[in-house]
Amino acid sequence: MKSLILRTAANYLLPLLLLFSVFILLRGHYLPGGGFVGGLVASIAFVLHAFANGTESTQKFLAYHPGNMIPVGLGISVLAGLFPMLLGEPFMTGLWFKDPLPVIGMVGTALFFDIGVFLVVIGVTLTIIFTIAETTK
Amino acid sequence: MSDIQIIWPIAFHLVAAVVLIGFWRRVDVQRYVSVVANIIAVGIAVWLFGKVWSNGVLVMQSGSWGAPFGITFVADTFSATMVLLTAISALAVSIFSAVSISKERMRYGYFSILHFLVMGLNGAFLTGDIFNMYVWFELIIISSFVLMTLGGERPQIEGAINYVTMNLLASVIFLTAIAILYGMVGTLNMADLSMKLAEEQNRGLVNATAILFFVGFGIKSAVFPLYFWLPSSYHTPPSAIAAIFGGLLTKVGVYALLRVFSLMFIPDEFMTNMLMAIAALTMFTGGVGALVQSNIRKMFSYLIICHIGFMIAGLGMYTELALLGAVFYLIHDIIIKTNLFLVSGVILKIKGTVDMKRLGGLYDEYPKISLLIAVILFSLVGIPPLSGFWPKLFLIQAGFDTRAFVLVAFVVVASFLTLFVIARMWSEVFWKKGSGTQEMDRPFTYFNELKPIKQAVFLAPLVLLAAVSLYIGFGAERIMQVALVIAHDLKDTSYYLQAVLGATHSNTPMP
Repeated sequence: MKSLILRTAANYLLPLLLLFSVFILLRGHYLPGGGFVGGLVASIAFVLHAFANGTESTQKFLAYHPGNMIPVGLGISVLAGLFPMLLGEPFMTGLWFKDPLPVIGMVGTALFFDIGVFLVVIGVTLTIIFTIAETTK
Repeated sequence: MSDIQIIWPIAFHLVAAVVLIGFWRRVDVQRYVSVVANIIAVGIAVWLFGKVWSNGVLVMQSGSWGAPFGITFVADTFSATMVLLTAISALAVSIFSAVSISKERMRYGYFSILHFLVMGLNGAFLTGDIFNMYVWFELIIISSFVLMTLGGERPQIEGAINYVTMNLLASVIFLTAIAILYGMVGTLNMADLSMKLAEEQNRGLVNATAILFFVGFGIKSAVFPLYFWLPSSYHTPPSAIAAIFGGLLTKVGVYALLRVFSLMFIPDEFMTNMLMAIAALTMFTGGVGALVQSNIRKMFSYLIICHIGFMIAGLGMYTELALLGAVFYLIHDIIIKTNLFLVSGVILKIKGTVDMKRLGGLYDEYPKISLLIAVILFSLVGIPPLSGFWPKLFLIQAGFDTRAFVLVAFVVVASFLTLFVIARMWSEVFWKKGSGTQEMDRPFTYFNELKPIKQAVFLAPLVLLAAVSLYIGFGAERIMQVALVIAHDLKDTSYYLQAVLGATHSNTPMP
C-alpha cells in the first residue's frame, strides 16, 4: 500500500504503540491488560509498519526473524515458573520484592512470566503474518 | 505428603521442548537433544515411581494456593506408573523417530511438538484438578493434531479431520460435564469433588454428569460406538507418530475413566451394567473389524479398540480383582501397542508397503527380525507366560466371581479373535512366499540400503519395548503387586483424599 499519509503516520505510531504495549504489559497484574494483550498491541505496531513500508523493510528493521522470540519468551516464562523451586516453594509460586520499584511498580515472578508471554505473542503473530505475506506474493 | 519436585516430569519436557525450538533449523542437533532428554525423563520417572512407592501419595499445591482452591498435582502409585510407562514409550518413539522421520517433518518442529505431547500426557496423569485435566487434554489434542498433519499429505489431512472433529466434540462434552459439576457443588479439585458429590442430594444430576464424563472420555479412548475416528486416522501419519498415539492417547482416556469413576462417581448397578455391555461390544466390534483388514496398520488400529474393551470390562465389574486386571492390562497395553506400530514401521521400511496381500517372505529374508517381532506378537496375544496372558486371567477370574458369564465369554472370544488375526498376519507376512519389495512413487531408502548402525538404531526401540514386555510377562508377580496397590487405592480412596485435603490444612499456609 503506497500512501504517504499512512507511511508518515506509521513511522510515528510505531514507537507510540510499542510504548503503549509496554504500559499495558506492566498494568496487567491487577488491572485489565497483561502480556497477551500487550504482545498483540506490539505486533500491531509492526504489522502497521509492514503495511506502510512493505514486509521486507520491517524484517530488515527487526534484524532478527521474529520466530526467534518464541523460544526466548517461552524460556523466560518457564524460568519464572521454576525459579521459586530454588527457594523451596512449589512451581509457579508468586515471589515479590518487598518495595515497589519506581515507574514499574511491584516486581515479582509473575511479571517475568508475563514478559515471556509478551515475547511469545509477538513472535507467533509476526511469524504467522510474515509467512502469509511471503506465500501470497 | 507435600513434595514440590513432582512437577518435574511435566516441567522437564517443557524445558526440553523450549530448547528444541531454540534449535529450530538444526535438525541434526534436535535428534540427539530429544533422545538425551527422553533418557533423562525416564530417570525422572523412575525416581518419582521409587519415591511414591516408598513414601505413598505425594502432593504439590502449585503456586502455594492450598487445595481445594488452587491447582493440585498428585502423584499416587497409579499416576507414577503411568508417567513411567509414558517415559519408556516416549524414549522408544524418540529413538525410532530419529532415524525414521523425514528431515522435512523435523524442520517443522517435530521433536518439540513430541515433547509438548508427552508433557500434556504427564500433566493429565499427575493433575488432581478436573479442569486442569481438561487443559492437559486440550494440550494433547493440539500437539497430536500438529503431529498428525505434519507433512501435509492428503490422506493425513483426511484422517486428521475425523480425528480432530471427534476429539473436539469429546472435549466439549467433557467441558460441559465440568461446568455442571462446578455449578452443582462449586469445586474442581477431584478430592474435594469426591467428598462433596457423595453428599449431594440430587442423584439424578450426578448420574447424568457421570454419563457425560463417560461419553467424553469414551470418545477419546475409542469405545463402542464412538470409535470410528480411530481406524480412519491412525494409519495415516508416519509409524513413529502412530506408535505414540496408539500407545498412549487412547490410554489417557482409560486412565481418566478409571480415575473419575473411582474417585468422583462410584458406579451404581445401572452404570456397571452399561459399562459391561459397552465393553463387550467394544471387544467384539474391534476384533471383527481387525479380521477384515488387509492393511496392517488399520488392523492394529482395530486391535487397539478391541483391547480397550478389556480395560472397560475391568472397570465395569468394579471389584478389586477386576480393577487389578484392568490396570495390569493398561500397563501391558501401553508398551505393546507402541511396539506394534513400530513393528509396522519396520515392515514398511523393509518392504515398502504394509498391505498384507502384497507382503510375504519376511521370515526367509530376515529370520532374526522375524523372531523379535514374533516375541512382540506373542506378548500381544498373551501366550502364557508372556505379558498379555496375566491380565486376561485376572479379568476372567473376576468375571466368574461377579457371575458376569456373558462378559467372560466376550473376553474369551476377543482373545481368540486377536489370536486369529495375528496368526493370519504371521502366515501372510512372514511365511507366505516372498514377493520382493514394492516400488515407491517417491524417494525411499529401503532397510537393506541403510548403514548397519542405522539398522541397529531402527531395531533398538523394538528390542527395548520387547524387553519391557518380557519383564511384564516374566516378572508378573512384581507388576501384580503394583497393580494390586493401584486397584486397592482405586477402591479405597481415603488415602488419596487425606493426602490432598489433609496436607493442606496442616502444612501449607493459606496465602
